[in-house]
Amino acid sequence: MTTRTIRPVTDIEGVVGESPLRPDGIPKLKGEFDFAQDLSADQMLWGATVRSPHAHARIVSIDIAPALAIGGVHAVLTADDVPGRAVFGLEHPDQPVLAGELVNYWGEPVAVVAAEDERTARAAAGAVVVEYEVLEPLVDIDEAERRDEVFRRMRIRRGDQGVTGEVVVEGSYEVGMQDQAPLGTEAGLAVPDGSGGVDLYATSQFVHVDQEQVVASLGLRPDQVRSHPAGIGGAFGAREDVNLHIHLCLLALYTDRPVKMVYHRSESFTGHVHRHPARLWYRHQADRDGKLVRVEARVVIDGGAYASTTAAVLANAAYFAVGPYRCDSVAVDGVGTRTNNPPCGAMRGFGAVQVCFGYEAQMDRLAAELGIDPLEVRRRNALTTGDPMPTTGQIIETPLPTLAVINSLEAMPLMGNGSSDNPVHLPGGTGLTSDPEHVVSGVGYALGIKNLGFSEGFDDYAQARVLLIDDGAVVETAAIEVGQGLVSVLAQILRTELGVSRATVRHVDTSRIDSAGSTSASRQTQISGGATMEAARNLRERLLDEYGGDRLDDEGVWKGEELVAAMGTVVERKWEETVTFRHPPTFASDGDGQGVVHADFAVAGHRAVVDVDPELGLVKVLRVDTTQDVGKALNPQSVRGQIEGGIMQGVGLAVMEELVVGDGIIKNPNFTDYLLPTILDAPDVEALLIEEEGSWGPYGAKGVGEPPTISSTAAVAAAIRDATGKGITRVPVRPQDIAL
Amino acid sequence: MNVTYPSSLAEALDAVATGATPLAGGTDLMVETNFGHADPQNVVALRRLDELARWEGNFIGAGVTWRRIEREGPRAFAQAARTVGSPQIRNAGTVGGNVGTASPAGDGLPFLAAVDADVEVASAGGRRSLRWDGFFLGVKDTALQSDELIVGVRLPTELPERQEFAKIGVRNAMVIATVCCVVTRGDGGATRVALGSVAPTPIRARRAEEMISSVSRPKESDLVEFARLVSEEVSPITDHRSTAEYRRHASGVLARRLLERCLR
Amino acid sequence: MIVSFTLNGERTTARVMAPSSLLDVLRDELALPGSKSACEQGECGSCSVMLDDELVCSCLVMAVDAEGSNIRTVEGMSSGDFLHPVQEAMHRAGAVQCGFCTPGFVVAAVDLFEKNATPTRDEIKEALAGNLCRCTGYGSIIRAFEDLAGGRE
Repeated sequence: MTTRTIRPVTDIEGVVGESPLRPDGIPKLKGEFDFAQDLSADQMLWGATVRSPHAHARIVSIDIAPALAIGGVHAVLTADDVPGRAVFGLEHPDQPVLAGELVNYWGEPVAVVAAEDERTARAAAGAVVVEYEVLEPLVDIDEAERRDEVFRRMRIRRGDQGVTGEVVVEGSYEVGMQDQAPLGTEAGLAVPDGSGGVDLYATSQFVHVDQEQVVASLGLRPDQVRSHPAGIGGAFGAREDVNLHIHLCLLALYTDRPVKMVYHRSESFTGHVHRHPARLWYRHQADRDGKLVRVEARVVIDGGAYASTTAAVLANAAYFAVGPYRCDSVAVDGVGTRTNNPPCGAMRGFGAVQVCFGYEAQMDRLAAELGIDPLEVRRRNALTTGDPMPTTGQIIETPLPTLAVINSLEAMPLMGNGSSDNPVHLPGGTGLTSDPEHVVSGVGYALGIKNLGFSEGFDDYAQARVLLIDDGAVVETAAIEVGQGLVSVLAQILRTELGVSRATVRHVDTSRIDSAGSTSASRQTQISGGATMEAARNLRERLLDEYGGDRLDDEGVWKGEELVAAMGTVVERKWEETVTFRHPPTFASDGDGQGVVHADFAVAGHRAVVDVDPELGLVKVLRVDTTQDVGKALNPQSVRGQIEGGIMQGVGLAVMEELVVGDGIIKNPNFTDYLLPTILDAPDVEALLIEEEGSWGPYGAKGVGEPPTISSTAAVAAAIRDATGKGITRVPVRPQDIAL
Repeated sequence: MNVTYPSSLAEALDAVATGATPLAGGTDLMVETNFGHADPQNVVALRRLDELARWEGNFIGAGVTWRRIEREGPRAFAQAARTVGSPQIRNAGTVGGNVGTASPAGDGLPFLAAVDADVEVASAGGRRSLRWDGFFLGVKDTALQSDELIVGVRLPTELPERQEFAKIGVRNAMVIATVCCVVTRGDGGATRVALGSVAPTPIRARRAEEMISSVSRPKESDLVEFARLVSEEVSPITDHRSTAEYRRHASGVLARRLLERCLR
Repeated sequence: MIVSFTLNGERTTARVMAPSSLLDVLRDELALPGSKSACEQGECGSCSVMLDDELVCSCLVMAVDAEGSNIRTVEGMSSGDFLHPVQEAMHRAGAVQCGFCTPGFVVAAVDLFEKNATPTRDEIKEALAGNLCRCTGYGSIIRAFEDLAGGRE
């Protein structure tokens, strides 16, 4: 190879609408970026976790002596050592920090240890003797519902419940348990501050809520716990809930030493919540033109052992159970069950993914029943700005370009997949299972809709502080960069508003700024972006007022062609502006699920092209093309990154990603058997962004992270149906579902 | 911890005789170690022992990597090699490791079964050779004695000209086989069918072989019968990767396809 | 025991107490945390290094087996502010999101391009099939290396 000498890549500029190089790109490419896994401190100990080997059991006794007897072991802590609140939870604290009397799921933490090195810590964890009285696990969701073991029930009734349509299609569907499987496992470092407090650096999507939970369970004052944003190796919902955070702080304060913990992959699969598996039943009634007359749905999701965000996920599943379609008679019932299965919570798409698989299968059945093109039946029902949401009745006030999404998707040329004749592109890939004559092709479409930001009256806000210093513009925020590119987009907003070329995002801990909320619900660009834009605008106004200028750039404040204040002079004073941004208020719904529940919506459409080997049931997803409602693309390259990555996760759920759970035990908690798509499984993606401005997000931007994942799964399933004629009522589609 | 870096096979065998754990590519042993299932404190490092990496004619040394098999091996063995783990795994993992681990899903094993390869093992006391079906005894169980080392596999001097491998996995690369299969066919019609992931060890579908070997130009009905017999002869299980029913079905389909490829 | 090898061009020794992986020794003993641990079983490629010019998963190399070897890690791929062309291509294509898989992709791609300066799209895909990425969906990674392959004389 010729070793080309190239110029250093250092200049990063770019305003809103451009795609500047990522400021964290170079350290990540050089292996110099500090992930939570990479942190260390002087005198640092390593932590490890003792986990339940049973899905349901009574703890009879715990003998920590054998672990303490190992040289280098400094602490073995159990439930009795938790000084404050014994339980934690994102919405409803119900999960023990350490299980005391009962274990309710496989892998539940029972004790934590700290030792001089990781190997010793893990050996000590293995040496703790826990005597269990094994109990029958409740793993069947029907049985859980019969016993009223539920976290929440949802009931939505809208419109005349007595209407009927001439055409009726009914179906039952099932969605398996997907995992976020971020490449970086859970990791963190807790450092005691010497005066009873602690600094935590751990994988998180939401440091303020971690801090609150640490404070509660450690029985400390809020000012004694500082949660710092740390380098995150992906998240996708897995890092909203606390896992090792309280454990680390407990161990650090107990030992008065810094303590680090890194989950192994198998622990990671038990240490974070998963996407809820779901069972769906639908009945759609339509008139002869294909217009929906009535939609009835029943949605059952299994929350597993503890609450996490099950109530909110269930609500989302119910509110979006009809999809982006008009319908004036709707009945949705939902249940989130409590079982001894692995706890489930947030994952990209948050309830909207599961129902999309159901309602889009129904829309295709309806189209088939009526002999109408699948996109046409969707067009005839397309929900749009000014319409009431079919479920809540909320009038949609921000732009909802469902029709544009459908029409542009239809207009996109159906391209080949650009692959050669290489047999690895056939279903079965490098296994060489298929010959061309064994393969049939199919095309499938799906649309999806989801809320942006938090809903149901949650006080959803983000604070940002913008400063102008001699190093350029800085925004301080507790918003978490999980890989999505927040570090680019906030800097672009600063450059746009302040006219300076140097702009930096400074991640600060919970003591130095108010919450930015969670990096989830596709919300940070809109909400932290909104706070940044507003703070920067306020700062600019103040500067221009102060110096009587009309323009600001790197050189300073200008009035016309005159530089009225040089930047060097300007930054001698402290320029700082802090803004807390809130989206339009939302409210809890009434007993029929009616109300202004959501702040904003986004729609997307997907067209999947698949090759299927029906005899062996193997699928190759060749293409997934998409049109997505993005409001305004603040950084087109990042938007595309979200779209391609989100589609890949949707494809994963469609054809390979499933945590297989039997009797409450995960059978495949490893990367050998939990199959993440490889580069040879990646479809080609053509993406068209629909930019219809008018959202309350900065510059009209909408969140873009989740829509790619929502309907891509359903589109792939539709394509497999098209190719094979099989019903495909379950995802992931398994070879035996097609071949047998 | 004790590590022997042998400069000869004899030194390596001496180390094995003292209980040292053989380490070659590490792609199995290190997974066990990382997961806390193994703690080898006495290791004999074989990766750079040239004597084990020899490939002479029909003898393939235990230390030959899957990368080399992928590039230089007989057709069906090379096809199998291409599906062993990832490029990184194929650069490190060896033929001897695949044989010694004796996983039911070992991608390289059906080829050895199809061609009736011998596994050659050695101890300080001498060498012996076992035919594959005398070597593989069960799930991760072999006839290897604790003082023995696998030194290589010996293929027949003449390999059937037609040979095809295929493997079913849900992912398009880097996947454990749900079923894998090798079919070979000689000029006279002699057909061999070997399968992996459908029994505790690699197996041969001998009734199917017998039936199809006597047919010089198989018709559709012969192919159907052949597939049916293969499906009958496997004894798969249901686990988290697949079901017994699917594996049984897929075994017949795959064997038939490979036979058809051989007949082309 | 003491293990010595060449690491990114420099003679290096490390103290190895147990059958640790090369990955653990790089990260914990030699303060080179660029190689990432994400699966501990050779299924993700995040810990990819070059061992005697072969691309391997360092989590599956027993550290003692590196004795006398030549090891190259992601830290050895760039030179000060000068990125390797593979790194620059990824940077420009937006192929870095969370970055956890990135070091592994860098090493695997350097290996690919050192052995084949103009890989085809299919060759790029097959060479990188052992490296998992959860963020990008691989599109930007493929574009980065297609650009690099196409951009060569």
